[in-house]
Amino acid sequence: MYNRPVVDDSLTLCLHCDLLQRLPDLLPGGSARCPRCDKELWRRRDDSLNRTLALSLAAAVLYIIANAVPMLGLTIVGRAASTTVLGGVETLWQDGQVLVAVLVMITVIIAPALQIGLMLAIVLGALRTSAPRWVGALMRHHPTTQTWSMIEVMMLGVLIALVKIADYATVVPGVALFVLGALVFVLAAMQASFDPREVWQKIEWAEDGVRHTTDDPASEAAS
Amino acid sequence: MSSSAPAESYPTAMQEGLHGCAVCGLISRPAPGAEEGRCPRCNEELAFRKRASVQRTWAYLLAAAICYVPANLLPVLTTTTATGTESDTILQGVVLLWSPTGWPLSLIVLVASIMIPSAKILALAYLLVTAQRGSVKNNTQRVRLYRVVEFIGRWSMVDVFVDTFTAALIQLQPLMSVAPAPGLLFFAAVVVLTMLAAESFDPRLIWDAANSKEEVHG
Repeated sequence: MYNRPVVDDSLTLCLHCDLLQRLPDLLPGGSARCPRCDKELWRRRDDSLNRTLALSLAAAVLYIIANAVPMLGLTIVGRAASTTVLGGVETLWQDGQVLVAVLVMITVIIAPALQIGLMLAIVLGALRTSAPRWVGALMRHHPTTQTWSMIEVMMLGVLIALVKIADYATVVPGVALFVLGALVFVLAAMQASFDPREVWQKIEWAEDGVRHTTDDPASEAAS
Repeated sequence: MSSSAPAESYPTAMQEGLHGCAVCGLISRPAPGAEEGRCPRCNEELAFRKRASVQRTWAYLLAAAICYVPANLLPVLTTTTATGTESDTILQGVVLLWSPTGWPLSLIVLVASIMIPSAKILALAYLLVTAQRGSVKNNTQRVRLYRVVEFIGRWSMVDVFVDTFTAALIQLQPLMSVAPAPGLLFFAAVVVLTMLAAESFDPRLIWDAANSKEEVHG
């Protein structure tokens, strides 16, 4: 059963303290905070969709390069070894740490890919005059991909591993390491330029879809 | 930065009988008498509070606390060299990293792998207990604590990545090889479970006792 919407679009609630309040009109770049608990309720972005599109395209390119080339290498008494991001997952898997391998795979390969891919699809859908309902479905899952995408954490982990290994061997940083470093910043900028409120205001309502199907003579006959 | 219109009496959405959608932010009114409904814009199931938030958070938290013990007692890495095999727990890893030049990294691992997970478990337990007791004190600090827990949780994964890529790179049999050890699974479980616990906690529960007090007095 669908709720009845409250007509006033500026009315909002704070998800951290439930305070009901009205969002002010913001200039691009301005932000509104909850007066009771100080949670940021909305930050209006300047030219949000175009910038997010540009940044997510850049992120997609960096992501592909980062996963295609070696990230770390080492040389020790004439022997050399190198690994990619996926190589780390493979070693865990072969050593019997299947669950940890899956977790690492999700946090540094699958979730970032979804974070970038869904964002691209959302922005492309939202650039149309009226955003179709599937954009809303993608928007629903996007925060989850963001929570579990941990490239910046992996970068810190790789740097610590580098220093550890540097005690025994000569470490050779690979191209992917620098690409990943850039990707961390591009991903952060992509998230920062995105304004979900703007997209939600353009999306076709789920309730309308139900109305259309009940207007459909076939389903009316069935009921 | 501008603040939204200050509310003197702090009307909450629940008191007004309104649902706020956690996905799209739309405010809507459930059918008369109904506790739950669907968001007319994004089709999300709505309720006044996250469902069974306290129970689910406790469940994840207890599971995390149980995994915390083997995570710290069992070795996370096994190093095999020509001279023998050696296994290290997380704390031993911190000690090994400690050197005149490497101490800042050692400190990062100490904070991210030992202090943050235990602080997260304690902080969430504190938030749950105070919410269940209907505490009205330090609400602003408590919601800030929740935000810190939510923000820093992911950084505990750093040790999993250190061990993953150390093991991936040092495969120089028979000279030296490093393999992950069973403790790593428990450690990863602590990180994931505390993240899930933070996600299932509804920070609005912090304010509910104060809200209903206001209703009585007002």
